[in-house]
Amino acid sequence: MSRANVRPADYPPPFSAAEAIATPTDPPDERVDVGILIVGAGPAGLAAAIRLGQLMDEDPATAERLGEVPVAVLEKGKAPGAHLLSGAVVNPRGIQRLFGDRLRVADIPSFGEVHGESVYFLTPNIATRIVTPPTMKNERNVVFSLSQLGRWLAERAEEGGATILAETDAQKLLVDHGRVLGVRTGDKGRGRDGEELARFEPGSDIAARVTILAEGTQGHLTGAALERFGLQGANPQVWALGVKEVWKVARPLDRVIHTMGWPLRGGRKYREFGGSFVYPMGPDMLTIGMVVGLDHRDVQLSVHDLLQELKTHPRMRDILDGGERVQWGAKTIPEGGFVSLPRRFNAPGLLLCGDGVGLVNVPALKGIHYAIESGRLAAEAAWRALARGSSHRALATYDAALRESFVWRELREVRNMRQAFGRGFWMGSMAAGIATATKGRFPPKDKPTERDADQELIRTGRAARYPAPDGRLTFDKLSSVFLSGNRTRDDQPNHIRVQRRVPLDLAEAWARMCPAQVYEVGPSDGQGTVEVEVAPSNCVQCGAITAKGGRLTPPEGGSGPEYTLT
Amino acid sequence: MKIAVCVKAVPDAATGRRLDPATKHLDRSADLTLSDFDSHAVEEALKLKEAAGDGEVVIVSMGPEKAMDALRKALAMGADRAVLVSDEALAGSDLVGTAKALAGALGREEADLVLFGQQSADGDGACLWAAVAEHLRRPTISQAAELTVEDGSVTGKRQTEFGYDTIRAPLPAVVAVSDAINEPRYPSLKGIMGAKRKPQETLSAADVGGAADAATTVLALNPPPARGDSRRVEDDGHGAQAILEFLAEKRLV
Amino acid sequence: MAKILVFLEHHGMELQKGALGVLSKAAQLGGDIAGVVVGKGARAVADEAGKFGASVVFAADDPRLAAPLPQPRVDVLAKLVRDEGFETVLFAQSVLAADVAGALSARLEAGLNWDLVDIVADGDGFIGKRPALADSVYADVCWTSTPRLALFRSGSFDANATGGSAEVRGLEVELEDFSTLTELVSQEEEEESTGPSIEDADVIVAGGRGLGDPEKFALVEDLARALGGAVGATRAVVDAGWYPYASQVGQTGKSVSPKLYVAVGISGAIQHKVGMQSSNVIVSINKDPNAPIFEYSDLGVVGDLHEIVPKLTELVRSRKGS
Repeated sequence: MSRANVRPADYPPPFSAAEAIATPTDPPDERVDVGILIVGAGPAGLAAAIRLGQLMDEDPATAERLGEVPVAVLEKGKAPGAHLLSGAVVNPRGIQRLFGDRLRVADIPSFGEVHGESVYFLTPNIATRIVTPPTMKNERNVVFSLSQLGRWLAERAEEGGATILAETDAQKLLVDHGRVLGVRTGDKGRGRDGEELARFEPGSDIAARVTILAEGTQGHLTGAALERFGLQGANPQVWALGVKEVWKVARPLDRVIHTMGWPLRGGRKYREFGGSFVYPMGPDMLTIGMVVGLDHRDVQLSVHDLLQELKTHPRMRDILDGGERVQWGAKTIPEGGFVSLPRRFNAPGLLLCGDGVGLVNVPALKGIHYAIESGRLAAEAAWRALARGSSHRALATYDAALRESFVWRELREVRNMRQAFGRGFWMGSMAAGIATATKGRFPPKDKPTERDADQELIRTGRAARYPAPDGRLTFDKLSSVFLSGNRTRDDQPNHIRVQRRVPLDLAEAWARMCPAQVYEVGPSDGQGTVEVEVAPSNCVQCGAITAKGGRLTPPEGGSGPEYTLT
Repeated sequence: MKIAVCVKAVPDAATGRRLDPATKHLDRSADLTLSDFDSHAVEEALKLKEAAGDGEVVIVSMGPEKAMDALRKALAMGADRAVLVSDEALAGSDLVGTAKALAGALGREEADLVLFGQQSADGDGACLWAAVAEHLRRPTISQAAELTVEDGSVTGKRQTEFGYDTIRAPLPAVVAVSDAINEPRYPSLKGIMGAKRKPQETLSAADVGGAADAATTVLALNPPPARGDSRRVEDDGHGAQAILEFLAEKRLV
Repeated sequence: MAKILVFLEHHGMELQKGALGVLSKAAQLGGDIAGVVVGKGARAVADEAGKFGASVVFAADDPRLAAPLPQPRVDVLAKLVRDEGFETVLFAQSVLAADVAGALSARLEAGLNWDLVDIVADGDGFIGKRPALADSVYADVCWTSTPRLALFRSGSFDANATGGSAEVRGLEVELEDFSTLTELVSQEEEEESTGPSIEDADVIVAGGRGLGDPEKFALVEDLARALGGAVGATRAVVDAGWYPYASQVGQTGKSVSPKLYVAVGISGAIQHKVGMQSSNVIVSINKDPNAPIFEYSDLGVVGDLHEIVPKLTELVRSRKGS
């Protein structure tokens, strides 16, 4: 093993959050006016939209005040669900609280309740069953495809009166006099060098009384807002990268499986925190994925290839034998938990919810029900702001509601577990076990997080063990990108901000890290650095680069993956 | 000037364009979008309306109820009205039945100009429009790569295998535009949001003259013929020769 | 015997290859095959058709048919089909033929199956073979009534001169009033020197990263010129600025299905494959024996393209010159 003497943080991206903030510029007759604007048609955003629909129904007088378009939801993907990816074994609590008596969870298209589960510790050839950690118990939880759930929630939101605008990216947060006034959407029809093509259409200002950001992991405007309004918490956010596949299988999988250990290395110096999951999706499909913290240090660590390696384990081969891969995708997960939460979730005219602000229970691998609950609470706060007319204090009630909710309580209980794993697998497990047993009372102090980009890179020749793709069980990255449904227009501006001349080790780290083969190591310049070649149309917008020295910004609306089963 | 644009809502490529093995027809359960070829026709209609200073652009289509979502995309681009012929009795219509129904709907509109996209992305080839034009008994121009309307007639630059023909027809006329004619605009956000409020009408089979029996059917779906063995050759100085012989064998040189 | 009529398109004084191909196929199906030629010089070219299997050729040489416009031809064909009782009418794809076939279908209320690549006898009728969904599936299609109209994809059949002669009969022409409203104002023939566009080309030679640098595209262009084809490029080289986007073949570029696709220095990732996999014949040259493109090529040559391509260009030129 050798040390590379470089940290991704040494080469920060050519980007400043101020670029994503602007004052309104469209004249009133060109701008679009809506009542409440929600950015992101994921579980948080759609929960907010659905709750607002319910409130509009109960109180038509206030609904009037919202104007012709009372609720608008912006979605940068081709359609709701196109950019949604998760496991997912969902705690139905969030959905139940959202719909109340109006609907039963059983009425929502899903892959059924969890019928059994096992947790394994893997070595290259053996799977040893271990006792399921209490945080990972999944009784009464339901297996969903988040992409499908998103499509279904979008239909309910529209029924409730929301307008969903797909293929629409929110590029800038409109702020004036310290108050959020809405967003500006991105241009369409620019060429590679930013030039206006024949079909160029400029973006629009969307003005709203309240803006709810539900952008998901690495939210573009959320990041800018946290900085602009000084909302960051005590600790930096950290992320993991999840890469998963959906398979048609010959034999049904009878249980939810989680694994730890191989192919990840437990030694402290590697910082390879994570594991894998295999979830049944009905009788003839399943999903298998690998999740690894982005604080990993090895230059050659590729979560995409670790997933391929995982599948060569005899137990996994068995499960997948006779099957066929039908979909693939990748997305980051915020892992800082409680200690990385913002210190405030609101600003004048603005509310923040979901993965964008890190509401994820890492040991339980659950965030969807938190996203839904936070979206619901945000909707109620926004409604209060509009009903009572004194928006500033009304929006602050969102924070209070969040702190009183089960979301807050649970996150606090598990707050130090992830950080424990920074000390290696065995130390981490022990620490996590103690934290669980004491319901978070021990260790008493909040353990700090360290930024992913601050980890110094090391080289170990890890890539030699990745399996060569055979096209049946294991695959190369371009084939995977194809199965994400990605057919992004090529001649548009590069949406990825990253330094283009960096040391070889960093360039290689990016090339390996990215599951979609966006980065490639280019020619060396003879001065110790190499060129970084970027193929932005491969990008599935997972967000990994933002954690490791670059910055993902939203490309033209409608670009990126077209997930349907993830 | 009233311009009718005849479009088809097709399954969006990524959400899975597939043939339903049970009915052997296009599986229409996925999201429907405006066919790429038809977008060029919609764009051309909008340009002609803008050049004339006024007029009306009506979108006419036949399909399941869901197809209205795709027609709204045309409304978002700037069209004024949408008319959808939607009736169980017409599901699975072939070219003969579809042409009749569309002609029935277009007949009601009595447009000065009817535009089609030259080809439908999901299978109508280049023929449907000609059948519709025949029912309407109007002069036609196909494969138009350029179009102008002046003094009661339409002039088109028609692309053929041999070059370009300049063709003129008096209005009312039917024109099929090629995809070289323009770059369809992205709808503005205001356009997208305004689309819902524009008039959208649904017609039944009875409104357009009834359903016709299919004159063609699909009997079976088969996998494509296997590619055949692939030959591999290591170049030992004779690689080029090997290729030439192969091409000669296949009568490609 | 099913009575088959083949629409024989001509340009100048030549019957089109595609139409002759369909005629040859019809001759194989058996029975007395008739052809119809419409337009200026119809009688003169009608004789040719006999060599390709027609026993009788109807020629309509009226001056009102001089311009290559579809609607008058529909009138001629409709009358002919009704007068002679033809049960099956075959067309070879062309801009004109597609227009005629579509309108004729409406005029006669006759079923039309298009984009066919083959047709076989089935009892008293026929079954057509039709690729669908980017050629990923082949459908068997048929007609439930007569007359049957069939439009065949370009290049489906080779023209086979089997000798023989045809009886040529003139046709009286009656045109509908709306059929003569469209007029031809002028014509511009395209010169061959610009080469076919990538969408229409029968041959495409495409270059990828294996070329090494943008200058090497000259090798690709030379071979394309020698074969009379168009030049294609992969996304990687277009991204790198080596060739314009208009030439990009692949999932996010153009979809092509030429008779011959020569892939030079292309590894063949699936994004490229889906843009050209339905090409009739695929030949690839790459120095990496594990390149995925070899799995779906009809002929793969493992070697140095910088040596093989210029040599191949030379060989093609001398063969064509001879």
